[in-house]
Order: sequence, then C-alpha cells, then structure tokens
Amino acid sequence: MIEPSQLTEFGKVFIYLVMGILFVLFTFFLGWLVALKKPNPIKLSSYECGEEPSGSSWIQFNSRFYVVALIFLLFDVEMVFIFPWATIFSQEVLLAADNRWGWLSLIEMFIFIAILLIGLMYVWKKGDLNWIKPESILPVGPGKVPLSMYSKINDAKYMVREFTISEKAEPQLVVPLERKPAAARPAFRPQFKKPSE
Amino acid sequence: MSLELKSENGGIIITKMDDLLNWARLSSLWPMSFGIACCAIEMMGSMASTYDLDRFGVFPRPSPRQSDVIIIAGTVTFKMAERIKRLYEQMPEPKYVISMGSCSNCGGPYWQHGYHVVKGVDRIIPVDIYVQGCPPRPESLIGGILELQKKIEQESLLNS
Repeated sequence: MIEPSQLTEFGKVFIYLVMGILFVLFTFFLGWLVALKKPNPIKLSSYECGEEPSGSSWIQFNSRFYVVALIFLLFDVEMVFIFPWATIFSQEVLLAADNRWGWLSLIEMFIFIAILLIGLMYVWKKGDLNWIKPESILPVGPGKVPLSMYSKINDAKYMVREFTISEKAEPQLVVPLERKPAAARPAFRPQFKKPSE
Repeated sequence: MSLELKSENGGIIITKMDDLLNWARLSSLWPMSFGIACCAIEMMGSMASTYDLDRFGVFPRPSPRQSDVIIIAGTVTFKMAERIKRLYEQMPEPKYVISMGSCSNCGGPYWQHGYHVVKGVDRIIPVDIYVQGCPPRPESLIGGILELQKKIEQESLLNS
C-alpha cells in the first residue's frame, strides 16, 4: 500500500530553497568564524585601484547611453537566436529526412531578420542613432583682423618648383662669423655619489 | 599536499583543522592582477596556457579584497610605492607578498643611480618570497609560488 506524500511538489521546491539559503548562510558563518579580523582605516577605505578615493561616487550618467544599450539589445538577441539556428540549419540528418527543411529554416530566419531590420530602420528614422554633440561656439575676440584674412592665408596655394640638379656651384658665404666667447653661465651638473662603503 | 590523510575503508578522511585550512588556502592562492613593469609580462606568460599557473590554483583576481597574494612584478618607483602600500593594506588577512625580479628585490639595475626607485619593495611591505632574475622566467615564478605553498603549510591559522 502506497501512502500519498504529505508534501506537494511546491513543498519540495520550498525545502530546496530553504536549504540553499541555510547552506550559504552556514558557509558565510564558517568564513566569519575562521577569518582573521584586523581592520584598519586604510583597509576599510574604498578600493580605487590604489588611488586615494576622492569625491562622491554618486555621479550622473548621460541618458544617451540608455538608448545605445537598448539598441544593442536588439542585435544581441538577434545573435543569440542565429547561433543555435546556424548549428541545426546544415545538419545532414534533418536535410535527409525532409528536403524542404533547408528552405523552410532559411526563409524563417530571413523573416526574423527582416522584423529586426524594421526595428533598426525605425530607430534610424527617429534619429536615435545620432550622437548629439554639444554645439561648438567659436570665440570672437575684440581684434580688428577679419576672419577672412586667416582663410586667405590658410587657403593660399604655393608654387612648387621642379627639382633639378644645377651644375653651378653655390656661392660661398663670405661673411665671417664673429663670435664672442660665451660668458660662463650658472648650470646644473649632475654628480653621482658613490655609496659610502 | 601535507594533508595527513587517514583513509579508512568507508572513504572517511581524518585530519587536523589546521591542515585542512592550510591545504585549502595553499591550493587556491589568488594573486591580485597587478603588474608594474616588464616582469609583469613574464607573470602574464606564466598565467597563460603555456605554463598554466591555474593548475596550482593561482588565478588572478581584479580586486585586493578577494586576493591572498600580491606579486610585485617590476620596478617599484617612489610614486608607485604609495599605491602598493595602500593596495597591500586593502588585502584581507592572511596575505602574502611575492617579490618578483631584481628591481623589486633590491632595486635591480637602479640600485645605485636610480633616484626614483625604491631599493627593494621589502622596505615598504613585508615580503615572503623573493624570486630572482631579470626578469625571472615563468619557471622561477612557479618555483616561488611552490615555495610560498610550503611556507603556508607550516603556518597555523587557528593559533595565531
């Protein structure tokens, strides 16, 4: 004679959850029991890759990243589906069983990609792919030189002469260089000291 | 390792608590992902697939809070010394230091004229194992880690 179990299937799940939580807590307790506790102010300070922490960690994030993350999800999900599809697409067992399998799965995948492409086109049309840049303001100073003068210099084209080797010897410089002996300037000369023995 | 095992027929293991803890600690020596100079390249090489430090349980961690050992791999400048000191302090006990290469052992090629180099990392933090070489080959670093495991074997966590 089989007695019906007092536990429902959900009861078993409940016991499983409780035991899981207790096990983790017990492990934490063991760690707390065995671990050495030697706190000091530096150890309790927050870890900033060895730098001294400064300022508040509550900084504001640009909300533009949120849109980018959402669009990324679109293609992420696409890839998650395409990979398993690609593994079974070319399985010879399936192709041998029914030769319509290859065409069916291919068309299905094209429909799936088309749906996602519509989403991409929507985002594109809405202009969410455009990264909004701050407008640059050209500073205008009080000088009297008009900006067109700068562009005249910048846009000027210079003639480039054809390079030829001329036979003529270049005229020598005849101006003799007269140099005064340079006065001794104070200068730092590094000196290495040997360690005293 | 040194676990004094007494295996009975039922597959029961009897050991001392100290040995069990030490065995657990030396089998999972997690170093901090921290490299300063060219020795760090050798350190990366020994952690990669050719030398595969993972088979000794050595697996780099991104935070000092999770790591047991800090491998000082490279030239310790005075600017870096302050950071090393802070990182060492932020590691939980028990913590170990492996000084890798001549620069961190004694200043290396900069011991005489290097105005910017700490002449040995042991002047700022206590070093457990010195690995010689400039830079040490991955085998040397693995040797250093095995030496550290021997050192941990001798310790007693419960009586400290």
